[in-house]
Amino acid sequence: MTPTHTMISRLRGKAGSRRVNGLKIAPRRWYCLPVMAVLLVWFALVSPSQADVSPQRAQALLQALDTDDFDAKAEAAQAIAASDAAQKTRWLEAFLDGRLGRERDGERFYIITDDSGREWPIIDAITFEDAGTGSRRSVDAFRINNTLRTQLQGLIASLSLDEGDEATRLDAAKRLIGEVDAQSVDAVATQLDNEESPAVRAEIETALALYRVEQGEGEALATLEGNLDTRVRNSLTTIANSDAPIAADAEKVLAGIENKRAWYERGQTLFFGLSAGSVLVLAAIGLAITFGVMGVINMAHGELIMLGAYTTWMIQQLLPGQPGLALLLAIPGGFLVAGAFGILIERSVIRFLKGRPLETLLATFGISLILQQLVRTVFSPLNRRVNSPDWLQGAWHLNEALSLTLNRLGVLIFCLVVFAALWALMRYTRLGLEVRAVTQNRAMARSMGVRAARVDMLTFGLGAGVAGLAGVALSQITNVGPNLGQSYIVDSFLVVVFGGVGNLWGTLVAGMSLGVINQVLQPWVGAVLAKVIVLIGVILFIQKRPQGLFAPKGRTS
Amino acid sequence: MSLATMFKRNSLLDERSTWVTSVVLIVGMLAVVVLHALPSDHAWHLNGSVVSLLGKYLTYMLLALAVDLIWGYLGILSLGHGAFFALGGYAMGLYLTAQDAPLAGWQSAMVHFPVAALGVVLAPGLLALVFGWLAFRSRVTGVYFSIITQALTFALMLAFNRNEMGMGGSTGLTRFDELLSFSLSSEGMTIALFVASGVAVLLAFWGCKAITRSRLGRVCMATRDAEARVRFIGYRVEHVKLAVFVLSAMIAGIAGALYVPQVGIINPSTFAPLFSIEIVVWVALGGRATLYGALLGALLVNYFKTLLTGVMPDAWLFLLGGLFVVVTMFLPQGVAGLMAHLRRRREVTT
Repeated sequence: MTPTHTMISRLRGKAGSRRVNGLKIAPRRWYCLPVMAVLLVWFALVSPSQADVSPQRAQALLQALDTDDFDAKAEAAQAIAASDAAQKTRWLEAFLDGRLGRERDGERFYIITDDSGREWPIIDAITFEDAGTGSRRSVDAFRINNTLRTQLQGLIASLSLDEGDEATRLDAAKRLIGEVDAQSVDAVATQLDNEESPAVRAEIETALALYRVEQGEGEALATLEGNLDTRVRNSLTTIANSDAPIAADAEKVLAGIENKRAWYERGQTLFFGLSAGSVLVLAAIGLAITFGVMGVINMAHGELIMLGAYTTWMIQQLLPGQPGLALLLAIPGGFLVAGAFGILIERSVIRFLKGRPLETLLATFGISLILQQLVRTVFSPLNRRVNSPDWLQGAWHLNEALSLTLNRLGVLIFCLVVFAALWALMRYTRLGLEVRAVTQNRAMARSMGVRAARVDMLTFGLGAGVAGLAGVALSQITNVGPNLGQSYIVDSFLVVVFGGVGNLWGTLVAGMSLGVINQVLQPWVGAVLAKVIVLIGVILFIQKRPQGLFAPKGRTS
Repeated sequence: MSLATMFKRNSLLDERSTWVTSVVLIVGMLAVVVLHALPSDHAWHLNGSVVSLLGKYLTYMLLALAVDLIWGYLGILSLGHGAFFALGGYAMGLYLTAQDAPLAGWQSAMVHFPVAALGVVLAPGLLALVFGWLAFRSRVTGVYFSIITQALTFALMLAFNRNEMGMGGSTGLTRFDELLSFSLSSEGMTIALFVASGVAVLLAFWGCKAITRSRLGRVCMATRDAEARVRFIGYRVEHVKLAVFVLSAMIAGIAGALYVPQVGIINPSTFAPLFSIEIVVWVALGGRATLYGALLGALLVNYFKTLLTGVMPDAWLFLLGGLFVVVTMFLPQGVAGLMAHLRRRREVTT
């Protein structure tokens, strides 16, 4: 152990149990300081964290592992972990993976860096210098059993606690839970004293408390209250089912944990429900506008959603490797493409079928078939995958029981933003005013100078554009294919009818509640039956309240 | 009043379209039977598969009749009539499956033909009764009714796709061997099923015609045109609607039961909303509220479907979609309306 390293260790304040091996530190005098400084720089430059124990000592440490007795191996591993060798973590990791070995006809120790194939690249275990290649014949890897493996994992975890940044230490501390045993408990306790980060401390405390509880100490149970870790729960379940004196207390704590878990699971279900609901709302809200204002059933709405999704895919094909930018561009892109198609449909077909809702329904259904087949012919009948940008991948782990998938969270937020924008549009703009006027009383609005035909066109374009936005959002959570729209059309109609025609708030509430109800039912009856039950429920609801949750204001004759 | 005038006034056949349709149906059926009976090397011989195909068209025509009865005369657009058709089909499918291997639970009763035949009309009839009672009682009309019928058939499709339903899951019921202890693959059976379908179409056509010409039919049409007035006059509109809706569902069920042995399979795709809406386009193309228009439309669309899906499958959906748009925009009365229009023009010019 060099003085420099002792100092560094002290400065960092995270020293484990350390021994100074036979080297006396000189008494501190004033002239020591510059010398130390020079030495420190020199060490930092020349020998980065290597050979802090003599090669002989390292050799001896590794030598101890070279035995057939697993108990002796365990002791040797403990000794390595307790030593000051800088290589110790690497040794133990290699040992754990069965990649630490000894030269068959010599005394050198090697780490096999890659043990796939016949010839392995190896490095010297002490100096980490390249040692060429070895094979099954020239290197004997140290064998390991399951008991040893568990112990090594604990040792490595506690070693990592010494090193690295907070994230690494937190990770190591988490791995420590359930791995603490009689040999390592003191070391872990020391680490707890030296640790400053509260998050890491909490994990270490949990690990220690779990060990103490397993040893039968009832007081430690208090620390475990409300802990959501699976290993804690498993241990407590075992204890509660045993005849240990603390079984009753453990059961109480366990009940608290289960209760807390159940709440978080409800939160998770709620989140999934809301995210599924937000998809429904996005799909249905454009429909609500066109249906509410024009009384037009647009069966091609699903296909407009599909067009939005395909626009996203197209833009992503044009901008390879930049899914984030492509997605952002797809938002206005999808709106414009779907909106343009919507205006085209309105101008060419729907305009001529005014006042004949059933015919409009059939004609727009025909358009939906044409659009579907068009996409099949132009692109392919196969599903396309739209990549998610990095910031929409993965999940946000709040704790052990609750994690929110980022793409679903994104869709939820997007839905709320779109809803807010539409609401503001309806509430504060001239177009919104005209739309509301035409919805409430078409004849009166026209006599006041509102050009109803123009309002129809713009409304239909707006509704179609919002469908395009729904498509952009959908491309992030499902594959894009020609049947994408069809699978949402029945659901979105139900949302519109359930919420009350022409009512934005009704659509929001209806979509979200259908999503949540569906998600709540799913674990009991399965996905398909849940959907069937929701459909039947809405059918029955419409019988009871044909005007929907929120009755439209104004005259709907 | 002489017997002759009474006969004339009350006969179903005093409308030209009715007796023309009846004659065409009967002659067509006889022609198929005769052509099928010709020796197989004869140039005009119709083989079994063509007869089966024509039999399938007949069941579709029967289904179209059921839809026309409620859409044309009652103004109710059902986008879920495929569900009634499929239910009748499943009842028949269970009967046919039970002939091979005994079924478990309540389904074991389906091994008897009378029970199965009852199931064919009762299953769709009961569903229509419950659903219609709920819908008409709370005065769900127009597009709302269309949407919830579509939701109904969609829900049933999802339900029948589940294996737990005991209806064969997504594969459905298939591999049938015999019907009334005759082999389904025999030539005689093919022609018998064809004739049975034809007779069913004919009887249903006459039955529907009789209804539309009866007092009930007049109330139906009045309801279609001005529901509130009919209600104010004192008719129980809900009851009228319900009765005709249930009858229509039962006809659809019979069509399904005749369809299954001729096609040899029934699966949840029959519940698909697309199929139900296709039925509507048959009727729309043929012409609503004429009955013979529905028959014509079903035959025409399905003939072209068979033709096109064989030659260029991609074009079929384009054509079907285009048909929806063209018919609703330019042919609101369908082919029947077009023919009537041309006839009137000829009468005016001559």
